[in-house]
Amino acid sequence: MLVQSPTAPVDEAEAPADAQGTGTGPTPSAMSSTEPTPSGGADVSAATEPSTGRLDIADLNVYYGAFRAVKEISLTIRPHAITAVIGPSGCGKSTFLRSLNRMHEVIPDARVEGSVRLDGIDVYDAAVDPVQLRRVVGMVFQRPNPFPTMSIYDNVVAGLRLTGRHSQASLDEVVERSLVRAALWDEVKDKLRSNGMSLSGGQQQRLCIARALAVNPEVILMDEPASALDPVATLRIEELMAELRKNYTIVIVTHNMQQASRISDQTAFFTMGDDRAGYLVEMDDTIQIFTNPRNQLTEDYVSGRFG
Amino acid sequence: MAATTTAPARTADILRAGAGGRRMWFDRVMRSVALLASLACVIPLGAVLFFVTARGISAVNLDLLTKPSRALGVGGGAVSAILGTLQMVPLAALLAIPIGVLAGIYVHEYGAARSARTIRFAADVLVGVPSILIGIFVFTFLVLPFRQYNAFAGSVALAVIMAPVIMRTTEEVLKLVPGNLREASLALGVPRWRTTLAIVVRTALPGILTGIMLAVARATGETAPLLFTALGSRLVNVGDFGKPMDALPLFIYVNARQPYDLQNAQAWGAAFLLLVFVLAVNVLVRLGSTSRRRTP
Repeated sequence: MLVQSPTAPVDEAEAPADAQGTGTGPTPSAMSSTEPTPSGGADVSAATEPSTGRLDIADLNVYYGAFRAVKEISLTIRPHAITAVIGPSGCGKSTFLRSLNRMHEVIPDARVEGSVRLDGIDVYDAAVDPVQLRRVVGMVFQRPNPFPTMSIYDNVVAGLRLTGRHSQASLDEVVERSLVRAALWDEVKDKLRSNGMSLSGGQQQRLCIARALAVNPEVILMDEPASALDPVATLRIEELMAELRKNYTIVIVTHNMQQASRISDQTAFFTMGDDRAGYLVEMDDTIQIFTNPRNQLTEDYVSGRFG
Repeated sequence: MAATTTAPARTADILRAGAGGRRMWFDRVMRSVALLASLACVIPLGAVLFFVTARGISAVNLDLLTKPSRALGVGGGAVSAILGTLQMVPLAALLAIPIGVLAGIYVHEYGAARSARTIRFAADVLVGVPSILIGIFVFTFLVLPFRQYNAFAGSVALAVIMAPVIMRTTEEVLKLVPGNLREASLALGVPRWRTTLAIVVRTALPGILTGIMLAVARATGETAPLLFTALGSRLVNVGDFGKPMDALPLFIYVNARQPYDLQNAQAWGAAFLLLVFVLAVNVLVRLGSTSRRRTP
């Protein structure tokens, strides 16, 4: 089980780990023998922060073949908060997001330099299995992508079934809990056996979120999760995210600046240089970025002067 | 000023210029030619269906379905051929399906671009190789060494014909599986092999089955590869793949060349059975694929 830091707020921090009840859910400590002490242990804020789900990114470069898509990113993602990544199209936001759970490795020729530390463990360490990493750092994509051959129920438990970590008895429980957390339970509880594709776009996206929650992650990466949805469905996703931040670390890439300002706790602004490589302009509390940015580029972007 | 007064007249001139013109006349002629060409493509199918049904259906009787073939056809039937086809084609499918499906999965999901291209090209060439050459090829290593025509060699020859067809259709339907399903599965921490089987292949399964059915239908109608391998036989052979075996196409080939009306009629009857089988498979495949479209 998860090693809880004595300083962690017990009510919140233990929820994602214990509530799923599988007892075999991977934790950072399962990925490597190293004790998951946050690298920023000396950080003054550490005492009040949840103990897990913190990401420290240092000098991150992502390449597609010879092309550098993202350069020299260094930032820290606070645990149990929503971090928004904003910036113009093509500035490497999605590439950056994918590199956090090594999903970029799905793309041929993509490679990474630098480090991404999850609770102190470098996820690029040779001892870290990307398959295990993705069980801890889940992902929700731009377009809802429920598995078309599966029912709603089967979609939710797909991650557990396909990774062989389940007992039949606990599945029902996982389905209900995940769907409740994804704010979809009331709408689908009477038709769990119908096909996931029969839901509306917004419901499908919440189903995908439930599916990601079911494998009991610490961190959820969201790649423009609402950009394919209408405003009402978008609102529901945003309300859901506000709820989820109590238990999970959320990183969201969004094109929608209002969305970033509404829902996120901190915001990172990316843009791209003359070499077309994306880089971090500045990162700060969201309120700061949108009201009093330090950098002129940020100011221009958030005030709508370009991008 | 001049422009405003002449503009309507000019527009009318342009709009009416084409009426009854050469281009419209030419368009009608070419359309008719294209329509006739389309009919010419469909007429052979209609003719085959008509003649085989007209002459074959009257030859289908209990004897044809239950009796082995006899000399001169008197009191004989096609049961040796029916049973032969029902044994050799399933064995061929058993050999070809794993190879074809796995090769298709490899080429699409795992193969590096270069090796995938090579394999794909080889498969396309193999599909185009005249089937009699495949028969001779199998003859040289499964018949000659044993000095014995045998049904196993027949199945292998049919499998060689089926495998590349299955591989190519498998690959084509895997292409239709959206990449975001793969990503969704991988992002859940599902290993690659499990993603391939449980998500990608599972999603493409109806299409893969369609490809298998079409390959089975094609192999069932093949004659040439069996001439040098299973040879054909007047005896009912159940289960002895080391001995010659009859098949419906061989039965048609042999009996259609005989000088006796009775044997010719039996050949028509067998042709009708074969046609019904192949059409049934094709119709089933169509029904399957349209119902899939309605409920994705």
